[in-house]
Amino acid sequence: MHLAYPAVLSTLLFCTGLYGVLARRNAILVLMSVELMLNAVNLNLVAFDVWLSKAARDTLHSGQALTLFTITIAAAEIGIGLAIVLAVYRNRGTSDIDRLRDAAEGPDDDSGPGHDSDAAAAAQAAEKTEATA
Amino acid sequence: MTTTTLAALVPLLPFLGAAAGLLLGRTAPGFVRPLAVLPTLASLVLAVLVAAHQGGGRAVDAATELTPTGSVPIELALHIDGFAALVAVLVGVVATCVQIYSTGYLRDDPRYPSYAALVSLFTSAMLLVVYSGDLIVLLVGWEIMGICSYFLVGHYWETPEARAASIKAFLVTKLGDVPFLIGLFALAADTGSFRITKVLGAVANGGLHHPTVIALLLLAGVAGKSAQFPLHTWLPDAMAGPTPVSALIHAATMVAAGVYFVARLLPVFQASTAAMVVLAVMAAVTMTGSALAALAQDDIKRVLAYSTIGQLGYMTGALAVGDRGAAVFHLLSHGAFKALLFLAAGVIIHAAGTNSLAAMSRMADLRDRVPDAYWTMTVALLALAAIPPFSGFFSKESVLGAAEHVATGHTDHAPGSAGWIVLVAGLVTAVLTAAYAMRLWLLAFRGRGAKAPDHGRQPLVMNAVLWVLAVPSLAFGGLAFRVLPDWFDGRDLTPTLTTSVLGTGLALVGGIVTYGAWRHTGALAARVPLGAVAAHPEADAGLVEAEAIASHRPAYGDIAYATDPADPGRLLLGPLHRHAATGFHLDTVYAALFVRPVMAGASLVRFLDREVVETYVRGAGAVPRLLGAAVRRAQTGNVQTYVSALLAGTVVLAVAAVLLATGA
Repeated sequence: MHLAYPAVLSTLLFCTGLYGVLARRNAILVLMSVELMLNAVNLNLVAFDVWLSKAARDTLHSGQALTLFTITIAAAEIGIGLAIVLAVYRNRGTSDIDRLRDAAEGPDDDSGPGHDSDAAAAAQAAEKTEATA
Repeated sequence: MTTTTLAALVPLLPFLGAAAGLLLGRTAPGFVRPLAVLPTLASLVLAVLVAAHQGGGRAVDAATELTPTGSVPIELALHIDGFAALVAVLVGVVATCVQIYSTGYLRDDPRYPSYAALVSLFTSAMLLVVYSGDLIVLLVGWEIMGICSYFLVGHYWETPEARAASIKAFLVTKLGDVPFLIGLFALAADTGSFRITKVLGAVANGGLHHPTVIALLLLAGVAGKSAQFPLHTWLPDAMAGPTPVSALIHAATMVAAGVYFVARLLPVFQASTAAMVVLAVMAAVTMTGSALAALAQDDIKRVLAYSTIGQLGYMTGALAVGDRGAAVFHLLSHGAFKALLFLAAGVIIHAAGTNSLAAMSRMADLRDRVPDAYWTMTVALLALAAIPPFSGFFSKESVLGAAEHVATGHTDHAPGSAGWIVLVAGLVTAVLTAAYAMRLWLLAFRGRGAKAPDHGRQPLVMNAVLWVLAVPSLAFGGLAFRVLPDWFDGRDLTPTLTTSVLGTGLALVGGIVTYGAWRHTGALAARVPLGAVAAHPEADAGLVEAEAIASHRPAYGDIAYATDPADPGRLLLGPLHRHAATGFHLDTVYAALFVRPVMAGASLVRFLDREVVETYVRGAGAVPRLLGAAVRRAQTGNVQTYVSALLAGTVVLAVAAVLLATGA
């Protein structure tokens, strides 16, 4: 099989994942898109490993070994990521990324850290009451 | 031990005593008094031994160079001639007396340990000045004395008078010390050495290229330290310090340092006729002006302060006519009787509970409360007024004799005009000196009115010291004037007939006129009751004095002045009295000339700092703040925006890298 097929497939997968990460609003779908990107990378690794070993330049199959690492880490990542999303959902009643803007700076927020954190705390409290209601 | 070792120990012992006193003052209060008195006493004994070894013969010179110091070497040098040996003995005697007196005077003072240590440090610095053969080492002692004087004048820093006086004393003497330092450098630049012997050798060989400039620069420092016009204004105010400090620093030793310095380097000054005339005019203005001011003061210690300025004027007058033997002779006898006057005044202030002569003149029997102070002060005042056979007579006549000698043109080592200036001013001052001495005595001891308050017996140490000092006040002059020429330059110090008769006659006239005026005004005393008495029968003398000084202004409206019609000085001075009491408004002139411009400059600097410099500082802060606000707008909190930006950046970088790699 020519190298172009898996390479094009992995590019398509990566772009789909990238689109999902940048454009989806649901946190779970964003995580799934991240998985897509990781898997695109995995596909690339395996394909190039095969291509290189055919040329008999690499006999260690480091690409395949690296794929196993990536799969493990992706599993751990998705586990933690889903746990965080679950916690956020339980707290806020939503997993919409567009509404999770606690890290934002107000445009005319000039009055120092004390005031800043107060405002954030107030906003958080308001959202919490909204969530429990 | 060799003379050099002994001489090196003389300044060292009080210094070690001061260091130990400062270290142990809090932890071991029992050692403070021995540590104050014993090193000073030991250094007095050593100074006497050094004087005996030296014996007025060849000067003892020793020098060691600790480290090379560039072009002009600075050496730890001793130069002990007859002047140094005798002045060191005087310093030792007065310092020992003052330390012993202070153990009684400040016996309950919480700050006594630091006070005693500073007095020891001061003594050590003065002895260093006296013995030093190197001008820079001399300057070190000179400046240590200045800072010790600052601390000791400000001993009662709770009172605003003492705070102001200590700062004034420091600033005014520094005003003289800056030109003094420049003068020392100029002198070293001309002669190539800081060693006194080498400087004098170079001067003798005509190696001095700018004698007038150097002499005038040095004179500024001398005027500041020795309280000569126009830099004398700090000395009367310095009376806000404790009386023993006034006796040691502001009567006997520190103020004599300037005179002693000129005496050591007299050939440098003699190289310039202009400097000698300036010195003579300075002396004349100082002595007459201060004697007039002394006649109008109400505070007993301020009378003595102005009298000190006047007597220092006599010494500079003797130097102006080129007779350093007479100057140092007067320095020695004056040191003894003026220290005695101050210490006795301390006893009187304690007994009377006030420092005001107006209040004392309304107390009967004050002399019976303090018989020791009464008799010793009488002796000292007679010496001050130069009545024979007291010591002041011989020393003052030697000054007047030297002036007459120069005025009549018998010598050519000083300009004749200087001789006339000093002679006339000296004779006028003789009248005034006797007048204010008489006034002080009459007002303090011949008061009429209510009985003096009973403050219990004076401490024995204080009275004993008075009698110790009374001996040289009485007899030193008469015994010494034959011996001293061997120690000094060999010039005769015997009183001449003309000036003796003139001087004594004028002194008697001054005294009798004052007595007459006192008899005349005495009747008024009963009609105007006066008196603010800080009565603390149990407290030590220092506390009584501090309260007396602090209460003078509220009681009489001024620190130097009391509206007392019974004052003979008021009758004698007439319309001049008001001006004399304030020291001829010199402080007001200085306030207008220096203090106010400095204040205005300070407020200008404050304005520039607050309004101009700080605007730039705030501007420097505002620009980054605006930039930061702009950048903050990008922080929307939406993670996806961030990642998009990250992707865009990565793409740009990747494209750039590819373009670079392909070399397009």
